[in-house]
Amino acid sequence: MGSGSSPCASCRLLRRRCAKGCIFAPYFPSDDPHKFAIVHKVFGASNVSKMLQELPIHQRGDAVSSLVYEANARMRDPVYGCVGAISFLQNQVSELQMQLAVAQAETLCFQMQQDPVALPTQIDQHQHHHQHQDHDQKSLLLSNSDFNSIPHQYFSSFASPSNVIQDPLKRESLWT
Amino acid sequence: MISNNPTRCAACRFLRRRCPQDCVLAPYFPSSNPERFACVHKIFGAGNITKMLEQLPVHLREAAADSMFYEASLRVEDPVYGCVRIISQLQHHILEAQSEILKTNGQIASYIAQQQLQQQQQNVVDGASYQQDMQISEYLGVGSDVQTLANDSYFHP
Repeated sequence: MGSGSSPCASCRLLRRRCAKGCIFAPYFPSDDPHKFAIVHKVFGASNVSKMLQELPIHQRGDAVSSLVYEANARMRDPVYGCVGAISFLQNQVSELQMQLAVAQAETLCFQMQQDPVALPTQIDQHQHHHQHQDHDQKSLLLSNSDFNSIPHQYFSSFASPSNVIQDPLKRESLWT
Repeated sequence: MISNNPTRCAACRFLRRRCPQDCVLAPYFPSSNPERFACVHKIFGAGNITKMLEQLPVHLREAAADSMFYEASLRVEDPVYGCVRIISQLQHHILEAQSEILKTNGQIASYIAQQQLQQQQQNVVDGASYQQDMQISEYLGVGSDVQTLANDSYFHP
């Protein structure tokens, strides 16, 4: 916390006195100067301060974590930042959707072979079963619009990033 | 003398400054779309945007400006999580899909195993039936092929 003896990482970097109610102090401790440095470099201290001030206190921790994540992504990939990761993951989801559809079609074939007479009932049950699971399953099987996929209006020429973030799943956990 | 753009770009208009001919931001923040720059400026700040674009080769700046606009607009919509919410959701859905694929592949393996077992059982029955035919033929003193044909399901559907 802000005190005369130990300024937070933000005030240390900005070379100013760390006041008692310093908005950065709870989230940028002095033992991790890199965390604030990277956020400051991408977003700027005053923007971060304004963003945090507009949020209730209980949400500021998560906001800082997500800003740090975004800033790290932008440093690693100055062209596409987090958007590169989103694109990569959307492609993965599409591939997995195809694999799942193929596997499910195979199981239906087997079911048909085993019990062709009961097929209409089985298909109804299959659909009913999927409707029950639907809220999660549906989002797996439908288009990427469910995930706010990158709409074209944001991009004049956005294809697969040349230096996309590789393995964003394994790269780091979202929250420090 | 540095000449100015006849129409200031959205960035320079917003910042109330003159827009030079070589303005870094002008190609990516046209005056026809003032909201685009306002959004990016709110999150990243004009100075940071300019610095980030200047560090990139010219042919990559458009993509960078577009991605910054996308991220900024998501952050404006969701001030706590921004675009990280989407990443988190996508990761979650990938795990779900992988789990579902594993489960479905397990079902397929089970069906295949069942089929193989049924086939083996059928082979045993066929073998026993064939042996019985042979014994009958020997007892009757007729050719085995005639007896087998008589028992063939083709003739007895």
